[in-house]
Amino acid sequence: MLSVPCPYCGPRDETEFVNGGEGHVDRPVPPEAVGDADWAAYLFFHDNPKGHLRERWLHAFGCRRWFHAIRSTADHAIALTYPIDAKPDFPA
Amino acid sequence: MSRNYSALALLRGALGGNRNWDQAWRSPEPRAHYDAVIVGGGGHGLATAYHLAKTHGMTNVAVLEKGWIGGGNTGRNTTIVRSDYYYPQSAAFFNHSVSLYEKLSRELNFNIMFSQRGMLTVAHSRGEVDFQRRLVNGMALNGIDMEMVTPDQARKLCPIMNFGPEARYPILGGMLQRRAGTVRHDAVVWGYARAADRVGVDIIQNCGVTGIDRDPASGAVTGVQTTRGAIGCGKLGVAVAGHSTMLADMAGFRLPLRSYALQAFVSEPLKPVLDVVASSALLGVYVSQSDKGGLVIGGNADAYASYAQRGNIPTAEAVSAALVEFIPSFSRVKMLRQWAGIVDYAHDSSPVLGLSPVPGLYLNCGWGGGGFKAIPAGGETFAHTIATGTPHPLITAFSLDRFRDLALVDEAAAAGIEH
Repeated sequence: MLSVPCPYCGPRDETEFVNGGEGHVDRPVPPEAVGDADWAAYLFFHDNPKGHLRERWLHAFGCRRWFHAIRSTADHAIALTYPIDAKPDFPA
Repeated sequence: MSRNYSALALLRGALGGNRNWDQAWRSPEPRAHYDAVIVGGGGHGLATAYHLAKTHGMTNVAVLEKGWIGGGNTGRNTTIVRSDYYYPQSAAFFNHSVSLYEKLSRELNFNIMFSQRGMLTVAHSRGEVDFQRRLVNGMALNGIDMEMVTPDQARKLCPIMNFGPEARYPILGGMLQRRAGTVRHDAVVWGYARAADRVGVDIIQNCGVTGIDRDPASGAVTGVQTTRGAIGCGKLGVAVAGHSTMLADMAGFRLPLRSYALQAFVSEPLKPVLDVVASSALLGVYVSQSDKGGLVIGGNADAYASYAQRGNIPTAEAVSAALVEFIPSFSRVKMLRQWAGIVDYAHDSSPVLGLSPVPGLYLNCGWGGGGFKAIPAGGETFAHTIATGTPHPLITAFSLDRFRDLALVDEAAAAGIEH
C-alpha cells in the first residue's frame, strides 16, 4: 500500500486518494490563436518519464483538497508534495 | 535431426532421450549494420521481423531485446484473443488478427494451442443490456460474430456465475463471441522467434537500446546505440509497449501515451470448472481456466502511471473482490502468482501505428492492455509499413496524426474493460 503524504493531513493510505494525472499542463491562450498542433500537444502529448513526474492528487476521502506530488513512476516513491497553486524547484 | 516439429520428430526425440533437439533459435553476435532493426523482442517485434524476411524479402534484419524472449508483456498477459471492437477500423484490424491466429500454428510449425472456447461478457442491468445490444448490432454490421445471450443461455454457458437470489449484481444476459478464446502466450513468442530465425533474422537478447543516431542533415535514423555497442540500420521499427515514450525521447519526439501497470493473477490448478472466458465490465474482472487448470484472472489497470512491473495492492484487492462477487465459489481458491506488465495507453485506447515524425523510424505502440490479440496482424501490417514506407491499409486510421486531426478511434468509450 502506497502511503501518500497529504500536505494538509499527513501520510494516509493511497485508497483515500484519486490520482488526477499530470500536473502543470497549462491551457494555451488565447484559444483563437492556438493551432491544431498546439491543441494536440496540450490535450494529448504529455510527459511519460521513467522517473519523477509532477502529478495532481485529490484527497477524496479526507480533506477533499487537490495538491501536487512529485512521484517516481519507477518505484512509486513520493519525493515531495505541495499545494495546488505552487511549483517549487526540484532537481531533475 | 529434422528441424520441423512433428509427431514423428517428437517420437525420434523421445527415442534419443531428447538429447538431440536443436536450439529453437540462434544467439548471434550483432552485425555492424542491418537493413532494418526492430527494437523489442515481444510478439509484435518478432512477428514483424518474421514478415519482413518472409513476405518482403528483407533478410538482413535484427530484433533487439533488452531482456529475454518471452520475458515481457507477451509472457505477462491473460492470453485472450477476441475481436469484439466497436468501430469499423478496429473491427477490420482485430478480426483479421483472429483469422491469422486461427492459422498460426500451421504457419509457424509451432503449436500455439488456440482454444476458441468463446468469450461471454455479462450485463448486470437493463441499461447494460441495452448498451450491449447496441454494441452487438454495431459489431455484427462490421462482420464480427457477436450474439446476445439470454440469462438462461448465460447460465447454461457458465453455471458457476452468481445467479443466486442474493446477487448484488444480477446477471440479466450478455454478449458472446464464439470465435474468441485463449492462446498459449509463450508459444506465440517462441514460435515467431523460431520462425523468424529460420528465415534469417538475428535475434539479439540482453541488448538494451540506449540511444538513437540520426543524420544531422536529413534527421533520418542511421542506427542505434545499445548495451552491446553501436548498430547501424536503414530502418528502425519500435515495438516496445510501455517503454515507447522512452524510445521517442531518445529520437527527440513525443507520443500521446501514458504507461500503466496492468496486473493479472493465476490460481492454484483446479479440476475443469470453466470452459469459456467469462467477463464482467461492471465488476471489472474477467477469468478463464488454463489447460493446466489454473484460473487466469485480469481486471482494470492500476490507477496511476507506473513503470514498476509489480502492480499495487489496492487494484489486486479490487480484482479479487470482483471475482468473488462474480463467481462466489472461487472465494476459497488460492492465488499462485501475480504479475504486472507495463502497457501504454493512448487517450482513445486505440494503438498508434505507422509513421513517426523521424524519417526511417516506424511506430508500433499504444496497444494498452490489448496488444497480445493483435500480434499476427500487428506484425504483418508493421512489416508492410517498414518495407514499403507506406502504412498498411488496415492501420491508416491508427496514425499518430489522428491526435492533431482529432480523428480518434474512441474504443475507450465503446469498450467494456481494459483492452
